[in-house]
Amino acid sequence: MVLEIFGYAFMQKGLIAGAAIAVICSLMGTFLVLRRYSLFGDALSHMAFGGISVGLFTGVYPLWTAYVVSILGALGMTKLRKSTKISGDAAIAVLLVSGFGVGVLLISATGGFSVDLFSFLFGSILLISNEDTMLILAISAGVITSLVVLRKPLLHFTFDEEQAKVGGLNVDRLNYVFVIIAGVTVITSMRLVGILLISALIVLPNITSMLFGKGFKHTVLISMSIAIFSVVFGIVLSYYLDLAPSGTIVMLSVAILVGTLTAKYLGVIGKTPILKTI
Amino acid sequence: MKALEVADVSISYNGSLAIDKVSFDVNEGDLLGIVGPNGAGKTTLFRAILGLQGYTGVIRLFGYEAKKYYPLLPLIGYVSQKVNFEPNFPATVSEVVAMGLLSEKKLDKISTLLQKNGYSWNRVYSKLDKNSEKVLEALKTVNLDSLKDRRIGQLSGGELQRVFIAKALVKDPILMILDEPVTGVDVDTQTKFYNVIKKINEENKITIVWSSHDLEAIAKLANRVACMNRQLFFHGQKEEFFSNKDLLKTYTESAMQMHMHHH
Repeated sequence: MVLEIFGYAFMQKGLIAGAAIAVICSLMGTFLVLRRYSLFGDALSHMAFGGISVGLFTGVYPLWTAYVVSILGALGMTKLRKSTKISGDAAIAVLLVSGFGVGVLLISATGGFSVDLFSFLFGSILLISNEDTMLILAISAGVITSLVVLRKPLLHFTFDEEQAKVGGLNVDRLNYVFVIIAGVTVITSMRLVGILLISALIVLPNITSMLFGKGFKHTVLISMSIAIFSVVFGIVLSYYLDLAPSGTIVMLSVAILVGTLTAKYLGVIGKTPILKTI
Repeated sequence: MKALEVADVSISYNGSLAIDKVSFDVNEGDLLGIVGPNGAGKTTLFRAILGLQGYTGVIRLFGYEAKKYYPLLPLIGYVSQKVNFEPNFPATVSEVVAMGLLSEKKLDKISTLLQKNGYSWNRVYSKLDKNSEKVLEALKTVNLDSLKDRRIGQLSGGELQRVFIAKALVKDPILMILDEPVTGVDVDTQTKFYNVIKKINEENKITIVWSSHDLEAIAKLANRVACMNRQLFFHGQKEEFFSNKDLLKTYTESAMQMHMHHH
């Protein structure tokens, strides 16, 4: 009976695309969380909301306008932050509200909320087409390849930007590349949990895996495993319990975090007790 | 051969001069101790040498003008006073040291540039085959190989500084710049650290520029001394500096004043 659901084409597509998204979000999330950019995903996805509304307003495929608007917004923010010394969290807030503001404005002009819009807000992984699945897989492959190729400079740059510069890295260029990859990751992942919950996939598996007290490589692997587990198990669970997949996935990730914190508190995992690390 | 030449370098900071026409040379193999009160501009000068800070005047590295030959900058090992990193950063000691590795492409470029100007390059770690071997050997040099799998946040301040030395060391720098590397650690830890400095200067043949408030340690380890406070007051052999009572007195007094001022 459990196996029966894997026979449905929509379920297969959802699970495959979902797993790919889990991988890219957790990989990208490692760098975002460590650079204290945890809410950057949120800002990007709100910007994407603006982008989607531009698409719906002009009749262009909304996903494309979402990519363009959020990447431009993110690059603009990086530039803004560098040249005006506006702090990181404030810059994220500017990006977030301006994206969402444009969205609300254009949607009211287009004639209100539609089903399409709802699926972007809350995710619609089980409604995606074959083309969408292929697109998600292709983009995920690109994101994974870029991150694997850039893993050493990215790690050094995340650990200590100044030392990375002294080590001969073009830090400014790397920062722009990083922001573009982050943008692509977030927009691609919106289909799974929606604009409003995207940060969960970026942040939760990573802060959970960092509690294990391992090195970088192991932390990344643990985070990826947690993300894949939450997404796959979340989709299956949501089907049987007749709940929204996005909410189920997110709450499953929260449960894993709480469970890990408890285990750490009790001294089951990690070398140092939690009171010392937090 | 001169590893580093600083000629007429001035740096202004918010309208005031932080460094005023400083000139000195560092020969290959030197261990130069730079002394001067807090706020004397030592860190600013180091940042200029590393290409992190604009300046007027000329800085030459291995015979090349540093501004034009930035591919040579990675050949400087730099350990700053304080490294701000997230204490929970999920990286092991080995992983942090491995961040210091340079790509083969960069090493080749550097090697060609050095040969052109007739500099010899003593490659200890970068000639090894595997990255893991390079990292392990660098950790052995600073006596931290037993902690290689430890998470970085679990180390003491003194151990951390030695990890950062290993990270700077693993690419076989010709010149190491150490900016007050052992401020605020206990005497035992300092001694261990000074032994490492001596070892990499003598065995790895790395030229070292080292700023410190510890005159005793400088008297013991350095062969040359520079004394600065915005301007350069003295640059020469260690013996000359320590036998010049007037200079020593002025230095100690100004350092004391600055110290009192800070507290």
